[in-house]
Amino acid sequence: MDMLQFILITSGAIALVGVVCGTALAVAARFFAVHEDPRIEKVAEILPGANCGGCGLAGCTEYARAIVVDGAAINLCAPGGNEVIEQIAAFLGREATAAKKMVALVLCGGNDTQAQKRHAYNGVADCTAAQAVNGGDKACTYGCLGYGSCSRICPVAAIEICDGLAKVHPELCISCGACVKVCPRNIIKMVPADAPVHVLCSSHDKGPVVKKMCKVGCIGCTLCTKQVENQAITMDRFLAVVDYSKETPGKAAAEKCPVNCIIAADDSSSDAQPEVLQNENN
Amino acid sequence: MPNLKFCKMKIIKAPYKSWGGIHPRYHKDLAADRALREMPLPELLQISMSQHLGAPAKPVVKKGDSVMQGTLIGEAAGFISANVHSPVSGVVKDVVPAITLTGAMIDSVVIEPDGEDKRVNDLAPLADWQAVAKKDLIARVAAAGVAGMGGAGFPTHVKLSPPPDKTIDTLIINGAECEPYLTADYRLMLESPERVWLGVSILRHILGAKTVRIAIEDNKPEAIRAMEQAMRNADGDVAIVELATEYPQGAEKQQIFAITGREVPSGGLPMDVGAVVENVGTAAAVFDAVFEGMPLIRRITTVTGLPLNAPGNIIAPLGTSYRALIEACGGCADTVKLISGGPMMGIAQAIDTVTTTKTTSGLLALGAPDVSLYESMPCISCGRCVDACPMNLVPSELSQYLEAEDYEGAEELHVMDCIECGCCAFSCPAHRPLVQHMRQGKARVMLKRKKK
Ligand code: SF4
Ligand code: SF4
Ligand code: SF4
Repeated sequence: MDMLQFILITSGAIALVGVVCGTALAVAARFFAVHEDPRIEKVAEILPGANCGGCGLAGCTEYARAIVVDGAAINLCAPGGNEVIEQIAAFLGREATAAKKMVALVLCGGNDTQAQKRHAYNGVADCTAAQAVNGGDKACTYGCLGYGSCSRICPVAAIEICDGLAKVHPELCISCGACVKVCPRNIIKMVPADAPVHVLCSSHDKGPVVKKMCKVGCIGCTLCTKQVENQAITMDRFLAVVDYSKETPGKAAAEKCPVNCIIAADDSSSDAQPEVLQNENN
Repeated sequence: MPNLKFCKMKIIKAPYKSWGGIHPRYHKDLAADRALREMPLPELLQISMSQHLGAPAKPVVKKGDSVMQGTLIGEAAGFISANVHSPVSGVVKDVVPAITLTGAMIDSVVIEPDGEDKRVNDLAPLADWQAVAKKDLIARVAAAGVAGMGGAGFPTHVKLSPPPDKTIDTLIINGAECEPYLTADYRLMLESPERVWLGVSILRHILGAKTVRIAIEDNKPEAIRAMEQAMRNADGDVAIVELATEYPQGAEKQQIFAITGREVPSGGLPMDVGAVVENVGTAAAVFDAVFEGMPLIRRITTVTGLPLNAPGNIIAPLGTSYRALIEACGGCADTVKLISGGPMMGIAQAIDTVTTTKTTSGLLALGAPDVSLYESMPCISCGRCVDACPMNLVPSELSQYLEAEDYEGAEELHVMDCIECGCCAFSCPAHRPLVQHMRQGKARVMLKRKKK
């Protein structure tokens, strides 16, 4: 067998294998093809593609699939806001339902100037790690540790650590809820962006105990609850808690608070309030 | 091989060698020769409802109640929880949240002792325990609030009730006490070996374990001798295992491997390989609960460290403040660090008003020469941590994953198998806070699993 013949036979054999496999694949593709609803792709394109998981699903495509296939609600994408809801509604011919804009809020006001430390800590600069060393270095066992686990997990850098205290910038928050889950002290809550009054404290300790540890901690004096008639602020184990489902009062409660741990919306924050989509009935 | 039947008491060397391990300086000489002693009753006892692993107990007394020694003051909240009893007779001054040794705020019962130690006999002694049904014995152990006294404080009745599909053939009694400085278990074995052995017999009876092994490190020959003496009439497959002196030989999984060659699967429990490990202190507490009807209300705590004037092994009622313990040991020169437990796995304390629990095996005071502040450096890939890790992990890589907050990557590298022994950080020349990284990683992976 000379060399040329050898090369010819080999390439012939390889070509044959190629043709057979190619045909088999083409046939398989025809018979086993999975037909996906083309609308899924379209909806996924409308979604912002942040893949933040705030809707509760693993990424935007999954959410698009849930909308198209399972008929999931279309107002779960917080980063997309009302624009995305409207677009999806128009595309799928579904009704645009109002989404109330929620933002994360750190329920603690004790920064390094106002709150005491219990011990020195020079370990890993992470809240979970600090919490694992004798329960955290802050004297108050409820307050923000300030090592920024929340700020690092936030996909849009909406959380800033100022003077050992985490602060959410509501205008940047896309309400994905990642910070709420990660905080080892469980003090970040999702609140309506337009709520006028917040109690910035999470301590259930009794007044005298709080006083020793923090200048701006709720001492459970109940003065604020007396400013509201509809029980929008109630006491829960020595801590004033705002019930955001109720009409919350204006500045009166904040002004009465002897330790200034209640903040009330002022004019500067009004531009941070979102325009809320109109309800179906109007 | 001598025939087992005619052999009085077998002492064997551990047949296997577990991975890794380190040899820190032990400093046991500080307190090893100090006999057990009771301390003067503190003015106030502050008894935390979280004495154990699992749900804190629910306080069942209120301010103004008078209690006796052994009165139930906290009721187990669920199966993985444990009862808490009053260690003294006296008056309940308050029920308030207070900082515990883990740093958490937990409800605590404050009792002012009246000094009379009147005892309530809620639990009848069961001297004839062999005739008692196993489930009643387990109920007794639960009623007496016995929890693992080696450090983790796992409620003992839970360990004694394995699911029916698991057979326990080996009971290992942990007297290794591999933590540096601590000598509480050593003194217990030396001074009350009979109590330990009778407790072991009860545990063996409950579990129906064929094989019993008492594990003691070979740096405690006196303890081995004392136990041997107490066990001279033991029948069946019972032996003392002499473990090589190495940290962490007292860790459950390492001990099971050293003695039986069985490896507890990742994420599994000792019962998955047919073994149960109990601390010698727990065995003694089981003896007290069954034989004398005495709930777990006090424990031996080694109070030690160079700054202390008179280190010792103190029998202290639960709820004794660390300050009172230090005073009972003659006070101390300037301490810069106070650790609840031993130096390897103990928890550094911020305040000395924290009180003892069922798990406080030691209180360690460290002075300025013992403590240094390190700065963490980048890993130099020397691999010492890999050699030291008894769980066969790669701490260097894990710590870099965790520094980058890649928790999924860390989970794939089995961060959840870390036993937080500290061997890696002990060996690291770059002073990397390896254990802290692991703990952070474990907490975050747990969080992820929970939220799913
Ligand atoms: S809010 Fe929570 S996660 Fe954020 S810095 Fe404070 S303690 Fe850490
Ligand atoms: S602390 Fe964890 S990673 Fe480090 S040596 Fe121990 S088991 Fe291994
Ligand atoms: S001992 Fe420290 S420096 Fe060496 S490999 Fe491990 S982490 Fe890196």
